Amino acid sequence: MTKAPAPSAPTLALDLQDERLQDRTGFRGQLNAFMDKVRAGDLGVLPVVGGLVVIWIVLQALNPIFLSSANLVNLAMECVPVGIIALGVVGVLLVAQIDLSIGSISGLSAAVVAVTSVNMGWPVWLAVLAAVALGVVVGWVYGQVYNRFGVPSFVITLAGLLGFLGLQLYVLGSMGSINLPFDSALVYFAQLAFVPHWLSYVLAVAAAGGLFATDFINAKARKDSGLSAKSLKAIGIRSGLLAVALLLIVGYMNQTRGVGWMFVFFVALTLAMHYLFTRTQWGRSIFAVGGNAEAARRAGINVKAIYTSAFVMCTTLAAVGGVLAASRLAAANQSSGGGDVNLNAIAAAVIGGTSLFGGRGSAFAAILGIIVIQSISSGLTLLNMDASFRFMVTGAVLLLAVMLDSVSRRSRTSHGRA
Amino acid sequence: MSSTTSPAATKVGHPILSLNSISKSFGAVAALTDIDLEVSAGEVVAIVGDNGAGKSTLVKVLSGVHSQTSGTIAFDGADVIIPTPMAALQLGIATVFQDLALCDNLSVVDNLFLGRELSPFRLNEVEMETRSWELLKQLSAKIPSVRTPIAALSGGQRQTVAIARSLIGNPKVVILDEPTAALGVAQTAEVLNLVERLRDRGLGVVMISHNMADVKAVADRVAVLRLGRNNGIFNVEDVSNEDIIAAITGATDNVVSRRSARRAAAPATPESKEPR
Repeated sequence: MTKAPAPSAPTLALDLQDERLQDRTGFRGQLNAFMDKVRAGDLGVLPVVGGLVVIWIVLQALNPIFLSSANLVNLAMECVPVGIIALGVVGVLLVAQIDLSIGSISGLSAAVVAVTSVNMGWPVWLAVLAAVALGVVVGWVYGQVYNRFGVPSFVITLAGLLGFLGLQLYVLGSMGSINLPFDSALVYFAQLAFVPHWLSYVLAVAAAGGLFATDFINAKARKDSGLSAKSLKAIGIRSGLLAVALLLIVGYMNQTRGVGWMFVFFVALTLAMHYLFTRTQWGRSIFAVGGNAEAARRAGINVKAIYTSAFVMCTTLAAVGGVLAASRLAAANQSSGGGDVNLNAIAAAVIGGTSLFGGRGSAFAAILGIIVIQSISSGLTLLNMDASFRFMVTGAVLLLAVMLDSVSRRSRTSHGRA
Repeated sequence: MSSTTSPAATKVGHPILSLNSISKSFGAVAALTDIDLEVSAGEVVAIVGDNGAGKSTLVKVLSGVHSQTSGTIAFDGADVIIPTPMAALQLGIATVFQDLALCDNLSVVDNLFLGRELSPFRLNEVEMETRSWELLKQLSAKIPSVRTPIAALSGGQRQTVAIARSLIGNPKVVILDEPTAALGVAQTAEVLNLVERLRDRGLGVVMISHNMADVKAVADRVAVLRLGRNNGIFNVEDVSNEDIIAAITGATDNVVSRRSARRAAAPATPESKEPR
């Protein structure tokens, strides 16, 4: 294993030597490869980005305030709590399970934070820690029930939905609603903490620089091992485009309040989850269990631990989302985490391109999906339409996304992309 | 990885795996009774038998899915117990199950290293990909790209990936359960070539098969199971298909022999009714 055997065709990379492979180098080849993928049903983020563009154009045409800087700033902040919950949902969907109790858990964690920090006078960090720890415990219990008794996760979490709603009401007690003080650090973080303008530009450039660096290191390692690698030009174009896009967005949002720290937190969390899903053994195991649990078990993966970890991740992120939702509202009440929180979080994960059938999806699904849902919500609110229309439109979009998932799945099967 | 490139071993070396009167019963049913079997380095042992003869149970005992009720297993001269599939892998017994157990949604590289990824907290994709190519080259496997998902591969290619995966952990014995059952003519030949390459690398190979032609083509010895018992171990060179079939079906007096006897006795009476 010290050095690779000398390739028979010295000019060709180790992974491109099979004569059946078509030329996929250069810009044209890349484009062809991409078109092939799309035709075979491997749509990736294409439908959700396309859908988002359509939704934005329509809503902007109906109400010119929609794409204003102030509204986008607000939209970004509104996305975060449910978006973080959706991030956890992506995790359980990847192992082909579901969690229906995320709304109740987020409501319960909101109630716990409010009761402990306001009524009992705990320091904020301890209150948040308690709420998040509660999320961890709930997920662990779900995992144990699932692994030991084989109850479908649908039923376990349906029971959780009811049970934790009850617990939330019990914790809140006869008060029913607890306001968080406006000078609390949580409320400041969720409502008033914005990135200084100069720092937001620095962060945007740093993100693009980070992409360039990882791509470059990756390409160099591949080239050194005799594998095909992206050209420097392609890497430069990719990170250059990202830099331009980020700077434009940030610059536009900086016309008013700018980018909220809470949104930065969400993006950082998404990137961390993306790393975990794609670059660690745990993430690979998650995908393997979602694809073929029996094969994963025979490969020596501890499938039960993977299920438990997925449930724990989901409920923990639901608890975090609940804390942020309460902070944004500056209150926890009996309807915290109720209403459409549950279904919006699941819908966001699915609309973003996470398959309900397991083994397919990415962390970015959560962020894209929640932006779609919040755009609809915000746009319809601007048009003075009430919740009834919002529910109907979101429902239609969700159905469309699931239909697309099913159709592209069938297409993938027939094109051998599973 | 270094020992997957081990020098061509001497033909039929010392015994690696030996089973000593292995029995396995499920409740009142004795699935295996007093099975003895020896597998040496650089040798292909075929296990044949009718349905219900205990072939799969034997594989499961060896791969750690079931434990034997009684009897001992010696690996490399030392007595061992194999309680779990992981224990079998760690000993150096790799099993390729009939259903292959590959994840369709993952790529060839991902499947090859599944559960054994290099550097778990920062996957070393480059190293894994180069090793995959080397391994597949050594097996002369024809896979166009190791980044294609398994779903895009043919049956023979999937079998190849499954066999290649069993080699990642540097096993000493590879057990193949019906490797050619679902394959076409050319793909079967490819897999048989692969089995011979495993033998040439000094591995002990246990092959379960229903197909006499395949058994005769690659096996050195044939062990016949009948109703959970040893019913003869033959050298392939000095045994005929008929002898093996006789051993599989039980005796000289059986459906197959009666049928051929009847044919020989009355070859020219087409209307003679054959009771089934």
